[in-house]
Amino acid sequence: MMRFLRSSFVIARRDFSATVLSKAFIFFLLGPLFPLLLGGVFGTIGAKVASEAEQPVVAVIGSHADFQRLKNARDEMAQAMGEGAVVPLVGYAPEPDLAGQQRRLLGTVKPPVRAVLSGGLDHPRIFGPSEDDPTFGQIRLLLSSARQEGNSGSPDIGVTTVHGGSGSLAKDRAETALYGQMLLFFLTILLSGMVLSQLIEEKSNKIIEVIAAAIPIDAMFVGKLFAMLAASVLGIVVWISSGALLIQFMKTGGVQTLPPPAVGWPMFLTLAVVYFGMNYLLLGAAFLTIGAQASTAREVQTLSMPVTFAQVLIFGFAAKSIGSPDSTQALGGAVFPLSSPMVMLARAAELPEIWPHVAAILWQAAWVALILRLGAKLFRKTVLKSGPRMPWWRFGRA
Amino acid sequence: MLRQAQNSTIDQRFAVEAVDLVKDFGETRAVDGVTLRVPTGAIYGLLGPNGAGKTTTLRMLLGIIDPSSGQRNVLGRERPLEAAPDIGYLPEERGLYPAMHARDAIAFMGALRGLPIAEGRRRADALLTEHNLGEWAKKPIRTLSKGMAQTVQLLGTTVHKPRLLVLDEPFSGLDAINQARLEEMIRREARSGVTIIFSTHVIAHAERLCEQIAIVAKGKVAFDGRVDEARARLRPIVRLRTRASDGGWRDVIPAKARREGDEWVFELPEGGPEPLLKALIDGGAGIETLAIERPGLHEAFVSIAGNAAAEAMGREKPE
Repeated sequence: MMRFLRSSFVIARRDFSATVLSKAFIFFLLGPLFPLLLGGVFGTIGAKVASEAEQPVVAVIGSHADFQRLKNARDEMAQAMGEGAVVPLVGYAPEPDLAGQQRRLLGTVKPPVRAVLSGGLDHPRIFGPSEDDPTFGQIRLLLSSARQEGNSGSPDIGVTTVHGGSGSLAKDRAETALYGQMLLFFLTILLSGMVLSQLIEEKSNKIIEVIAAAIPIDAMFVGKLFAMLAASVLGIVVWISSGALLIQFMKTGGVQTLPPPAVGWPMFLTLAVVYFGMNYLLLGAAFLTIGAQASTAREVQTLSMPVTFAQVLIFGFAAKSIGSPDSTQALGGAVFPLSSPMVMLARAAELPEIWPHVAAILWQAAWVALILRLGAKLFRKTVLKSGPRMPWWRFGRA
Repeated sequence: MLRQAQNSTIDQRFAVEAVDLVKDFGETRAVDGVTLRVPTGAIYGLLGPNGAGKTTTLRMLLGIIDPSSGQRNVLGRERPLEAAPDIGYLPEERGLYPAMHARDAIAFMGALRGLPIAEGRRRADALLTEHNLGEWAKKPIRTLSKGMAQTVQLLGTTVHKPRLLVLDEPFSGLDAINQARLEEMIRREARSGVTIIFSTHVIAHAERLCEQIAIVAKGKVAFDGRVDEARARLRPIVRLRTRASDGGWRDVIPAKARREGDEWVFELPEGGPEPLLKALIDGGAGIETLAIERPGLHEAFVSIAGNAAAEAMGREKPE
């Protein structure tokens, strides 16, 4: 066993050094930052365009008192629905030529006018959108609310603020599960594809003969997989702050406002690291096995698209578990080895029990070992052409 | 069914022993019942044309591939990989990581065989200096010439001081000077007690270096033994030039004799040289020159492996 581990370490050290000390690794580190950079640039441009393109308003022709009541009603609605969701109002004093004023206002560019309301609260008349238009619906609600203002006004409601009620907690935790799962998926999809081409250099250089004559193929597979995991972890350390920024972008208020997971943050983060490792090792072992069969870089490139789609499918399957961690679908996802880490991370966000994670990690580790073993056997059998011929159903026992 | 070797059947005088090794690739039988024994400390040549099954045999002996059937034992181990720390292997198709520095490549190959990396680097520096490559120690392999890269790989093969060296076509691609250096290195390793197996399709190398050979043809071992035993299978060759072109002496010239220019060339008859000489003198042949030569390994190879194999070997001259 010690010799096996030492052999794996020799391969891992060589691969890790060759990867990390190459110039290409700088681009590898910078790669995921490009989308963030682009997002930032386009976000700024978008914000500029949005600020320059003013929101259309409703021009209100009437008395100051009527306008004030409509404005109060509008502010109340904006509080409930959000400022951007309710059309702004601008008041105008009536002119003798009402029809002319209506046409002129509707042609105003600054601010752009969506509709003109005249006739006060008693005989309102809308000039502009049809009855199907949402603006029309909003104006009708505002009128209705403004008319009632004098009668009853808004009811006083006593408020006792409580955080973490069961309804909101389940939703919040599902949100954390989703973010955790997405992060796991993106990190794995970004990193594990590299494993596909891990044996191309050895095969094209023929150094595979020297290695295969000196150490077990299984040790080479293990060494290569862990070397790439180590290089990936190094990348993640660099990206971690960028990841926090990403969440900052996605969630106003930043990472600190992300809903707390069921197992608590320390345990959740620990599990996230472990499940990332497992997800990487599982997919990496599968990709190493597939990639080892390819003899040229072209074949690896051809393989990379179906492999990416397979990862997206697995993510889609895993995402189904969010919100219902005890459903049959979620249990299926937890048992299926390639989706298990993502499903279990989501579960950690939603349910507090720890023991299923211990079982899942052991299960996943067993599958890593199994896939590597089968991958090494397949490599010896198909690439090195080793061993006696035997029917495929006896392959696993060879 | 793969049969594993039993220790009881293995003779420890042999560094490598193979019994009835068979290897099939699909429907093709690449190695067909190879049996050979490599004495400890010997230089052992595996001789045969390309495609004879030499490399496949070596790969099975090293544990790179498993045989379809048969037994093997390497340095007392039924599983060759268990003996890997005591083996050095130079494959036919050389390969090194192009971006690796020369000293790191040597240390890496040593580390694969269990040599600590720091010790490997220390030995690599010493070996490179010894082979006039000291200034290339920290240069990437891709900047080295082909000959230099081959030397680096060879140094990597021996850096961990193996007890068994397996060299697959080691002279391939080397110029005459490097071939001579390699021959000297092989002899030096053998003097220090290392067992050496090398495959070659160039008879001259085997003839100069080997104490024992196996002649492989069409996946089978046609001969396994000492070089002089192989040569002793053939009768000595007589080369005769006479002043007389005809006469009674012609009766002693065998029917199978052939003419090479002015010479008669034939196998020495059963009775030996004395009756032949007497008959030639008595018959008035007028002997101008007469030479009795021991047959070379090439003739032995032709006799053992057949003309087709010899022709295949003949097409591939030493580089």
